[in-house]
Amino acid sequence: MDEAEHARLSRRQVLRQVSGVAAGAAAAGVLAWRLHDLTGERGKPPRPEISLPPGGYAVERSTVLPALGVATGQSVAALVKGAVDAVGGMGRFVRHGDVVVIKPNVAFERAAALGATTNPEVLRALVMLVRDAGAREVRVADNPIESPEACFVRSGVQRAAVEAGATVYLPSPRDFRTLAVPGATWIARWPFFHRPFLGATKVIGVSPVKDHNLCRASMTTKNWYGLLGGRRNQFHQDIHGIIADLALMMRPTLVLLDATRVLFRSGPTGGSLSDVRPGNTVVASTDSLAADAFGWHELLERRGEPLPAYFEKSAARGLGNPDWKAQHVKRVQVG
Amino acid sequence: MASTLVIPGWEKHRPKPNKDGSPWWARTFRITRVRIASQVFFFSLFVFLLWCTWFSRLRGYPVSLFLEVDPLVGVATALSTHTVYRWLWRGLFVLVPTLLLGRAFCNWMCPYGTLHQFVGWVFNIWTNKNNIDRNRYRPAYQIKYLILGVFLVMAALGSLQIGLLDPICLLVRTFTTAIAPASDLAHLNLAAALRERLGMDPQPLIFLSSAPGAPEQRIFRGAWFVGLLIVGLVGMNLVVPRFFCRVLCPLGAFLGVLARFAPFRIKRDLTKCTDCNACLRRCEGASDPQAALRKSECFVCFNCIDDCPEDALSFGLGPIEFKDFIVGSPRKGAATLFGRPVISKIPETVKAAPAVPRRRWAFAVVGGVLAYPFLRLSAAVNKRGFSAKAIRPPGSVEESEFLERCIKCDQCIRVCPTNVLQPSTLAEGGLEGLWTPVMNFSVGFCQLNCTLCSEVCPTGAIQKTSLARKLGVGQHASQGPISVGTAFFDRGRCLPWAMETPCVVCEEVCPVTPKAIGTYEETITRWDGTKVTLKKPYMRPELCIGCGLCEHECPVLDSPAVYVTAIGETRSQDRSLLLETSRKSKEKT
Repeated sequence: MDEAEHARLSRRQVLRQVSGVAAGAAAAGVLAWRLHDLTGERGKPPRPEISLPPGGYAVERSTVLPALGVATGQSVAALVKGAVDAVGGMGRFVRHGDVVVIKPNVAFERAAALGATTNPEVLRALVMLVRDAGAREVRVADNPIESPEACFVRSGVQRAAVEAGATVYLPSPRDFRTLAVPGATWIARWPFFHRPFLGATKVIGVSPVKDHNLCRASMTTKNWYGLLGGRRNQFHQDIHGIIADLALMMRPTLVLLDATRVLFRSGPTGGSLSDVRPGNTVVASTDSLAADAFGWHELLERRGEPLPAYFEKSAARGLGNPDWKAQHVKRVQVG
Repeated sequence: MASTLVIPGWEKHRPKPNKDGSPWWARTFRITRVRIASQVFFFSLFVFLLWCTWFSRLRGYPVSLFLEVDPLVGVATALSTHTVYRWLWRGLFVLVPTLLLGRAFCNWMCPYGTLHQFVGWVFNIWTNKNNIDRNRYRPAYQIKYLILGVFLVMAALGSLQIGLLDPICLLVRTFTTAIAPASDLAHLNLAAALRERLGMDPQPLIFLSSAPGAPEQRIFRGAWFVGLLIVGLVGMNLVVPRFFCRVLCPLGAFLGVLARFAPFRIKRDLTKCTDCNACLRRCEGASDPQAALRKSECFVCFNCIDDCPEDALSFGLGPIEFKDFIVGSPRKGAATLFGRPVISKIPETVKAAPAVPRRRWAFAVVGGVLAYPFLRLSAAVNKRGFSAKAIRPPGSVEESEFLERCIKCDQCIRVCPTNVLQPSTLAEGGLEGLWTPVMNFSVGFCQLNCTLCSEVCPTGAIQKTSLARKLGVGQHASQGPISVGTAFFDRGRCLPWAMETPCVVCEEVCPVTPKAIGTYEETITRWDGTKVTLKKPYMRPELCIGCGLCEHECPVLDSPAVYVTAIGETRSQDRSLLLETSRKSKEKT
C-alpha cells in the first residue's frame, strides 16, 4: 500500500501529461478539419491553365506595306534580309528590349541538306537580324518528333543558333503547361511547350517547305505543331482541323518560309537528296496562310491542285488570306 | 612588426611530433590517407565517366574504362570468345599490379568496394571489441570462389554470366537503371522549384541531370529490382562488413587467386606482435593479419599497419615463411627467431592460396558444367522458341555469340538517347539474358543516325558499327542497312483499317527512304453517313529496318497497331524473314 502511495503520480506530472495529450489530440483534430475533403475534389492535383496574350504576338497591321515579301537569289543571308525588308524590315517587328522566340522546324534528325528541317543558315541570318534590331534575348525552341538533342545537333540548328547568339530551348518533362485556346476544335486545352514563352514578347516562325504524307504540305502553319506536347499522335485523325487550330493558337509576329531547299516528295521526313530541289527563295509575311499558299503554288509547284483543306478552315476563322495573288506581293532579287 | 603574423594561442595548438620522433605530418600523410585519396579519385572518375556516357558529353572520353580494366571481363570473354575485344587488354592494368601487390584493386580502385567501405564506416555502431570479432575470417567467405568457378566454367562453355555479380558491371548497371534516373528526377524537381518559386535560372543545375536534353524522364524495366538489390547488398555492411566483397564478389575471388603469387604482402614481425588482435579492428578483407595472413583475402588497405600498437606489421617483399627458422616453441613462450625472442604465440605468418578445399573447387566446376545446359536449353535464348520481343540493338552479333559477350553492364542502355534500350527481364531472355539490352518501343525508338551503343560496348556484343554500315550506304551499299527486326500491322487495332478513322502517323514518321510504310487510299461512307478518305497503311518488309519509330508513335498506345518483332533481323540467318535478305546475308558470310 505504501509502495503504491509513493508510486502515485504527482499533480504536476498528471497535468503535464494530460495537457500534452489534449494538445496533441486538438492539433490532430484541427489538421483533420483543415484537410477535410468531403467530395474528393480537393485532393486532385491542380491543373493550372495558361493562355497566350490576347491578340497573340502580332504587330499592328499595315495597309501600305506588302503582305508578302519574296526574295530569290543565292546568298542565304541576303535572302532573309531581302524578304524581311520587303515587308517593312526587322525594325517593324522587333523593338529594342524584345524577348523573341524563334520557332524553326527541327522535327527530325536529318542533315540540313535533306530539307526536312529549317536551314540552319536561314536561322542564323534571322537570329542576327533580330539581334541587330535590338532584341534583348533570342530563344530558339522546338519539340521534335525524334530525340531533341540529336535533332538539333544533326540538323545544324543548335550550332547556328548558339553561334548567332541565341539560346536553345530543348523540351524537358516539366516544360509543358496546359494551354487554353478558346474556340479551338481539338486543342482547346493541350500541353504547350511554355518555358521559352515565359516573358517572351515576340514570336517568329521559320519553317521549311515540305511535302507531307497526310496534309499534303507542311509549312509555316503546320510548324506550330512543334510547340505542343502530349498525345500529338492523335492529331492525324483530323489533321486539317488541327492545323486550323494551330493557326488559331499562335498569332505570330512574323513568319518566314525557308525555301532555300524544297522537300517536294517523301515528306515530311524525306531522307534522300533526290527528294530535295533547290528553291533559292525566302518568303516573309505576317499572314502565314498567304505565305503557305504562295509556297503551295510557287515553291511546291502544285499550281493546278486545290489548296489542302486546312487553308479554307483557317481562313474561315479569319486567320489569314490564302488568296495571295490578290494581295500586295513584293518580289526582290538578291545576290 | 607587421612582418611576423602571430596567431594567439598558436603555440598551444601546434601539432606535436609523434612518439617515435617522426614529424607530425607523418601522421597526417600516412599510407591509409593516400589510399583514401586514391579511393576518392577512382570513385569520382567512375561517376564522372558514367556522367559522360551521354550524347552531348561523350567528347571522346573512355567512358567504359572501368569495365575495360576489369580483368575478369577480359579473361571471361577471352574464355568464351577466344579473343580479347578492342580495349579489353587494359585489364592488364589491374592484373599485373595484382600479381605483384595482391588484391590492392579492391581497396584502392574498385568504386563498389569504396561504396561498401564508406557505408560500413558511416553506419558502424559497434565497439572496438565487436569490430575485432566481425572482422575475423569466416568459412562463408569461400563462397565467392565457388561463384567464380561456376562463372568461369560457364564462360568457357559459351555463356557469359560474370556480369550478374561482377562489381563494375553491377555498379554501372545500377547507376544506369536506378541511380541516374533518380538523380534526373531530383534535378527536375529542384529546377522547377528554383524557376517557379524563386524565379531563378536553373541552368547551372544541369550537371545534376544524367540525361540533359531528354524530353522525358528516363524509365527502365525492372529498375525497382536493381535498386532493391543495391540497397540490400550495401545494407548488408551493417551486418557483415564488406559483405559483398568478402562473400560474393567474383572479381575479388579472381584477384584473390592471383594474389597468391604476389611477392609483396603484409608482414607480421613475430618478435614484436603481442597477439593483441588490434589489427582486426578495421581489417577490410577479414584476412587474419593477426595470424597467418590470408593473401587472397587481404585488400591491402593498410588499416592493420595503422592500428598496430607494437609496430609489428609492415608491407613489403615477403616471399618466405619464417616459421621454419624459429628455434624453440612459441606456444611455450621460449622461442627465438634469428636470435631475437619470439613474442607472438602464432608462428604462421602467411597463407597464400584461397581456403577452398579441392573438392569444393570440383563442385564449382560441376555446377558450371551443369548450369550451362540448364540456361542455354531454356527456349528463350534458342533458335527455336525465342522471344519475339528480344530485339537487340543494331550491330549486335548473332544471339549465341551475343550471350558469349554481353556482360549486362548496361552501358549501351545508359548511352541510348531515346531510352529504347531496356534491361531485359526474365520474360525476354530468361535468366541467361537477364539485364542484357533489348528494345522496348513503347518507351523509345532506335534513332536512325545513331550508333552510340556500339561505341560504348566494352566487349563487342554490340560491335563497333559505323553509321554507313548501319544505314547500308557508301561502301556498305551492297549489304543494305542493318535491320533489328520487322514491323507488322495489326489491322484489327489500326484506326484506318478497323475504325474508319484517318491516321497514318506511322507512314509520316517512317525514317527510311523510300518509306517502308505505304498506303492504300480508299473513300468510304462511315456509319454516320459522312464520307471519309482513308489511307490504309501496309508494310514493305524489304525496306523496314525495325527502328520502331512507327510503333513508338502509334496512337494505339497500350498495344500498338504497328509493332516490331525480332524476325528479319540482319544479324541472324536463322531469324531472317525474306528470301531476298536471306540471300544477302549468306553472300556476306
